Order: sequence, then structure tokens, then C-alpha cells
Amino acid sequence: MNELKSLSLAELSELLAARKLSSVELTSYYLERSRKYQKDINGYITITEDLALATARRADELRTREELPPLAGIPVAVKDNIVARGAPTTCASRVLENYVSPFDAAVVEKLSLNPLLGKVNLDEFAMGADNKTSAFGPVRNPWDLQRVPGGSSGGSAAVVAAGCAPFSLGSDTGGSIRQPAAFCGVTGFKPTYGRVSRRGLVAFASSLDQIGPLARSIADCALVLQAICGHDPADATSARQEVPDFRACLQADVRGLRLGLPRENFACCDEEVAGAVEEAARQLELAGATVHWVSMPYRDEVVTAYLLIATAEAASNLARFDGVKYGYRGQGQTLDELYTSSRIFGATVRRRLMLGTFALSGEDCPACYEQGLRLGRAIARHLDSLFRQCDVLLLPTAPTVAFTLDGEQDPLASYYNDILTIPANLAGLPAVSVPCGLSSGLPVGMQLMAPRFREDLLLRVGHTWQCLTDWHQRWPREVN
Amino acid sequence: MYEAVIGLEVHVELLTRTKLFCRCSTQFGAPPNSQVCPVCLGLPGALPVLNGEAVDQALKAAAALNCRINRISTFARKHYFYPDQPKGYQITQTRPLAEGGRVDLGAFQVNIARLHLEEDAGKSIHTPECTLVDYNRSGIPLIEIVTEPCLRTPAQAREFLEHLRLIMEYAGISDCKMEEGSLRCDANISLRGPGGSTAVVEIKNLNSFRALERALAYEIRRQSRLLAQGKAVAAQTLRWDEAANRTVVMRSKEEAGGYRYLPEPDLPPLILDEAAIARACRLPELPLARKARFIGAYGLSEADAHILIGDRMLADWFEAAVAAGARPRQAANWVLGEVARLRKETRHLPFTPADLARLIDMTERGAVSVAGAKKVLAVLAERGGDPEQIVHSLGLAQVSDREQLAEVARQAVAENPDAVRDYRSGKDRALRFLLGKAMKLSRGRANPQLLRELVLQAIADAERL
Repeated sequence: MNELKSLSLAELSELLAARKLSSVELTSYYLERSRKYQKDINGYITITEDLALATARRADELRTREELPPLAGIPVAVKDNIVARGAPTTCASRVLENYVSPFDAAVVEKLSLNPLLGKVNLDEFAMGADNKTSAFGPVRNPWDLQRVPGGSSGGSAAVVAAGCAPFSLGSDTGGSIRQPAAFCGVTGFKPTYGRVSRRGLVAFASSLDQIGPLARSIADCALVLQAICGHDPADATSARQEVPDFRACLQADVRGLRLGLPRENFACCDEEVAGAVEEAARQLELAGATVHWVSMPYRDEVVTAYLLIATAEAASNLARFDGVKYGYRGQGQTLDELYTSSRIFGATVRRRLMLGTFALSGEDCPACYEQGLRLGRAIARHLDSLFRQCDVLLLPTAPTVAFTLDGEQDPLASYYNDILTIPANLAGLPAVSVPCGLSSGLPVGMQLMAPRFREDLLLRVGHTWQCLTDWHQRWPREVN
Repeated sequence: MYEAVIGLEVHVELLTRTKLFCRCSTQFGAPPNSQVCPVCLGLPGALPVLNGEAVDQALKAAAALNCRINRISTFARKHYFYPDQPKGYQITQTRPLAEGGRVDLGAFQVNIARLHLEEDAGKSIHTPECTLVDYNRSGIPLIEIVTEPCLRTPAQAREFLEHLRLIMEYAGISDCKMEEGSLRCDANISLRGPGGSTAVVEIKNLNSFRALERALAYEIRRQSRLLAQGKAVAAQTLRWDEAANRTVVMRSKEEAGGYRYLPEPDLPPLILDEAAIARACRLPELPLARKARFIGAYGLSEADAHILIGDRMLADWFEAAVAAGARPRQAANWVLGEVARLRKETRHLPFTPADLARLIDMTERGAVSVAGAKKVLAVLAERGGDPEQIVHSLGLAQVSDREQLAEVARQAVAENPDAVRDYRSGKDRALRFLLGKAMKLSRGRANPQLLRELVLQAIADAERL
């Protein structure tokens, strides 16, 4: 059964449909692997075995009577900032340690026939890019247990990389799906803002957050996207946009597509990382795409816009965690004491809440936040102009490969690590990270970015790339 | 010497089936926390969805107050920490739904600065041991109406607020029950004198029209006294203490600042099309128009019309009685008199305007006396029924039979020769005496006009004999 983890979602789907494999068997296989590697990787906050097996049995039972959708019966791991009934949703924070949501997130509803393996680890309230801020301990990178998996969807990436889950859901606010996907050598897809309902995603920065899949290939992601995308009348920011047949999008190759490589975004990367991504671009050129350099001449602007928007919205979104209605409740004689003692966030979250509160306070308020929005819109307009010169932007996902767990990083410097991924959030664009090489034995991610609602272009380029190469099929030695 | 400068901030709960951002019921008086959901409890992951019915209601209000409706308005989060505020912020509007309105009250005019949509908070219930929170009210749709500081006296403030309530009631926007909190008012006041203006003071907790008027009058006295003593008026938020009949400091204005407004990222701007605005502008008849119609079409006095329109139920009653055939002036007298009194006593009316119309008709036909009709109405109010049957069962049917009453008149005249003589010698009182005797003989049921005619006739006949 060990080869199950190497099968694509389409292959698993066929086996299940042909009833050569039951969902219970498949789910048990992944539950066993999840438990086996939990000690090393710490990918899960909660493994929901009973819930998973119950859903698996239901899927198997239903299949005896009717034909099920392609993904049905295939287990999934869900980032622990997406609510699901019957399992805690902690957001990797002590504040929500024992919180159980009374409702399912829209994506969880849509995946109701997918056994929930568990809720996977993340940076506290999705704030961070290394998964070290989780109140339940850091996630370790399956490629090197002394290294970080990236973040904030570090658990989502690590469990897929380690073959503990065939696919997972993450959320991406400034790169939180793509960067850990790059660090862990998996495919992480951030759809267009509004493509996937945010209902049930515990908000970090509402105007930037987007749920998306992490899986072993672009083709797998296409299947998951098909299942989770679509308008949700219960999310006012959800797009009323037709969802294309994503699997059909995989048919076309890259001939005639114009790939734009932002010069500055290569210059700021480690040489080996930049080299691997440039090499990938050359191979796609050989496959029929045209490649040329473009310019994204902003750096401080990206970080500034992101910091102002993300921290201000976070400060607002996290105001509800006051210890009054649910979650951790402190002690106090007065209301102020109750609030103060209940807000037991970690250092990173505190820092961002203070920044965000500042950005919204005082004389310059709401000028600070509004300036962030304006800056973000300016960057979005510039990206739009780039998309008149090219169809898809191709760039590294992160400036480096996964760094070590023990290094202390200056907070401001760490924000700059996200400058390659943030623009897609500021502009609401779809973007994906696909594995494109190894540097010192660690995965390198190539990022593809397309105009709004042009996920199809990303699928085309990404799938062509994965047909040409096998970087996405490699396993870390530690878990093989 | 000093002129008061008063502005009001009025919160009106909109009549909608569901809350502003979720589908929970807005029914008042349900058991605590029985009308709540993840959205109005602010649970993690919950998202607001704007209720179109609330927008329509707010638009109606904007149209009724002659506001300019903004085609694009935006939502924002107003942050403050309090247990009955489940999200740590209230969703309100920064670019308001409507601006620049006007209410004409004849003697004076009130300008409306802005009108916007926002959600209500839950309700804190303080007990000696602890504070409990009921979130049923959380997310109930409100409009906030802010006037310009154009009111000059406490009486004007009261008159405006009373009229505003009427408008809201007439347009079906709100039931405006101050006791249930569906109409709430804060007042801003400063004094303006030759030396300039005092700082603006805000008064909260004005739970009745009377409280509004008295709190403002109190503040004018207090601030005038401070000014007379050469002291400054502090910019404060005050609370009206009804029992103590005075204002009490809640907090200084400086502490109050910093709501850290954030454009609401979960809600796109509200964009209205012409059709929605046109729909909103189709208002039912508003109070002042109705008053004019009552005077013009029904010939009511200004005073009667004013009282009637001030009580929508009575005004409806009046019109229904007229529609059922009652003559307008009579109907108005009855509605303002007996019907209003009975409603106050019994709190509801088990009889219909048509019953009243029939009763009025019976008095006009002479089938029952006015006094008798009042008795019938009291019975109707108590247990309902058919007016004619009640007249009969109470033996109130008025005798208008000429033969029968002529007999009674003759008997009264025959039995009281002294009185007849007195009458002939010019004593008017004697006639009243004879009429009383005759009425008694008819057991109080005689039609008084007819009886008088017949008694006079009998006296004249007796003379001829």
C-alpha cells in the first residue's frame, strides 16, 4: 500500500470509483502515516480520526448507491484557521485552544465527502512565514527536520510533502500557501480573491485572505479548485464569476504564451534559487512559450502596503477575541482586567496588533490604512499594465530555500522575505508555486502569477512544466 | 442672553423580519440569546451579508426626511470594547446612505445632516453578582439620524422628535417604541452668547420625550449658571438621571475618541440604482399631509386634526368610521372622546369603526340618546357585540313614537297643574320641571327633542280646554 501516496488524485478517484479501493482503506492509510510522522513533523494540531473514518464510511456507503463527484472519499487535511464542526479550531493560539465551531466553513461544506484527517498547524492566526509562532510547537520541514516548513500554512505543506495527506487546504494572505509549498516541494495554489468563499476562514486580513489547495501537482490542484471554487451568497466579497472546467484547462500547452520575468524579483534571491527558476523559464521557452524580462520596480512599497493593510485589518479582526463569549478567559475584577488577562496572544501577533492599532489610531487615522490601500491599488495597476506585455508572470516564490529553525530573524527583515508573494494578494491575483529544483537538497519554488480569474493560464503553464519535469514527484528522504 | 444650540442624534430600529447582516429574527421579547447565530455573535469565520429589506427601509426614511440619497455609500467598522459588542466593533457607515434632509414643522425647520445604516449591539444586564449579556438585539438594523445643530429650545427638540416618530410610524419604518428602545435619542447642546459658544455637551440615556425636554432645560440652566459665574463648560458626555432629575457625567470627551474607523473589508460599497431609489420614494401618506387632508376633506378643526394624526391608530379609526358612513365631525368627536378614553382604559378595542359608525347613526336617527350611546360603547369595549342588540338589551332604545310620547306628555301636564300655571306666568324653570316629569314617565327613554315639542303641545292643548 506504500505506493498509494504517490498516486495522483485522479488515479485515486478512479480506484475509488471502480471500487478497487475503499475510502476507509485510503483514509486509514493516511491516518496511519499522519500519526507516524506527527512526532517528527508536528504537522497537525488535531488528528480527527473518528471524524475521518465516519466520513469515509459514509462515502463508501453512498458509492454503493450512486456515482460520486471525482474527489469524494479522498481524505483532506485542513488548516486550523478554517472552521469545521466536530473538531477544534485553534488558529494555533492559546486564545482558541478549546474552541469548537458550531458551523462548517464553506469549503468544508463543499468537501463534505472528503474525510477530514485533521486540522493542520500554522503560525498563530496565520501571522508568520516560518510556523514558529504556533502555540502548539513549530512544524518541521520533511526535507530537513532542522528547518522550517515556511508559513503560515506550514502544516498544510508539510503533511502533503510527507505523504500524510493527499491534499490540504491552506490560506494565503501574503504568500502563506505559496511560500510553504515552495519550502516543502509541493504545489500550492492561491486562487483569485473572491474565487473561493472565505466563510468559515478565521479572518486575518479580510481583503487579502484567500483559501486554496496544496497538493502534489498542478493536476491535483485543478481537481480541488473545481470542488471549492464558486460564488457563495453568504460571502459578500465572493465573486459572481463563472467557474471554468479547470481540468480541461490542463489540455493546452504553453505554445504562444508570453512569460514575463520581473528582473528585480530575481536579483533579490539567492543565486541558486534565481538560477533554478531561470532555468525553468528556459525550458518553458523550449516548450513553445516566449520569455522576456519585465520590471516590478517596487520593494519598500510592497512591504509598506502589506504591513499597513494586513496589520490594521488584523487588529480589527482579532478584536473579537476578548474572553467574553468563547475561547480563553482570563481573571479580573474589572472589565479592563478581564480583557487584558484574556488576550494572551504570542509575541508576533501582539506586535502586529499593536502596529495595526497604531495604523488606525490618532491624527493620521485612517490615513495610514487608506494609504496602504492606495499603495496596493497602485501596485495592482502596475501589474495590470505588465499583463498587457505578457500573459503570465514567472518568478521565484521565495528568495531562499527553507531556513533553519533556530535562527532568530529580525521582524522587519522577515517581512521582506515575502515581497515576491505579497503583490498577488495586494492585487487579488491568482498565483501558484510549483517545485522547480533543489538547492543544497532543499526544494525551490517557481511562482506563476496571472490576471484576475485567469487560473486557467496558471494551470496551463504549471501542468506543462510538470509534464516536462519530475521535481514535484520527489520525496524527501526522511519520509520515504 | 444665551441662545441654546441643540442637535439630536436619533437611533431608530428598523422594522425588518431579519437582522442587518444575518437571518436571525428581530422579534422583541424572545428569551435571552434565542435569536442569535455565528454572524451576530461575531464567531470566528462568520461573515456579514447585507439585508436588502433594511436598505429599503432606510431608503424610505431618507426619502421621508427629504434627504439626498447617495448612490454609493460605504460600510466601516467602529471599534470599541464592550461585552455586548461581540466583534469588538460595530458595523456602521462612513459615507452615509443619505445626507442633507429637511423636516418642516411650520413654525420652524430642522435640517438633517446625515442618515446612515448601522447594527445594534447586544444588551448588558447588570445584576449584583455579575453582568449578563443578551445578544438577541445584536445586529438589529438601525438608522442613525443626525440633525444639524439647528434646534433652539427644549420644546422644539421634543416637537421634532415626536414628529420624527410619527413619520417613522406612518412610513412603516419603525414602531418607535421608546420603552422597548426602538427609538433612542442623544442630544448635543451648547450655549451661544455674545462672547462665543460653550463646548458641546452630549446627553445620553434620554428614554422619553419628557426626559429629552427636561434634560435639555436642565442643561441650559446649569450651563447658564456656570457662565454667569465666569466658569467654563467642559466638553463631556452626560447621562440623564431621570430619578434625580439631573445630568450626571459619564466621561470626558477626550477619553471617548479613537474609534479607529476601518473601511469594512467584508462588505463591498452599497451601490444603489435608480429603481431602488424610485421605489423608496413611493411613500405612504405622511403625517402633515394627512392633517391637511383631514382639515380640507373632512372639515375638521386644526386642533382636532392635529391630535388625531398624532395617534396613528386613532386616525385610522377615525377614517374607517367615516368610510363606514359616519359624519366626519361626529366621528372625530367620538374618536377623540370616548374611543380614546376607552382604549386607554381597556388597552384594546374589541369593537370596530363600523360599530361606532352605526352607533353614531342611531343617535342621529334618535334611536338612542347620546348618553345611551356612551353606555353602549362601554359595553362594546368590555365584551364586544352588536350595537343594536346592546341598545335593546340595556333597554336604551329611545322612544320616538309620537303617539306614545304624546300620551306621556299629556299625563305629565295633567298631573302637575301648578307647574303648568307657573310656566304660563313666565317661569322657564317650570318647563324643565315638566320635561323632567315626562322623561321620568318614559323611564328616561324618550327622544328629548320630540318630548319637548309634545310637552309644549300638551300645555297649549290644556289651555284650550
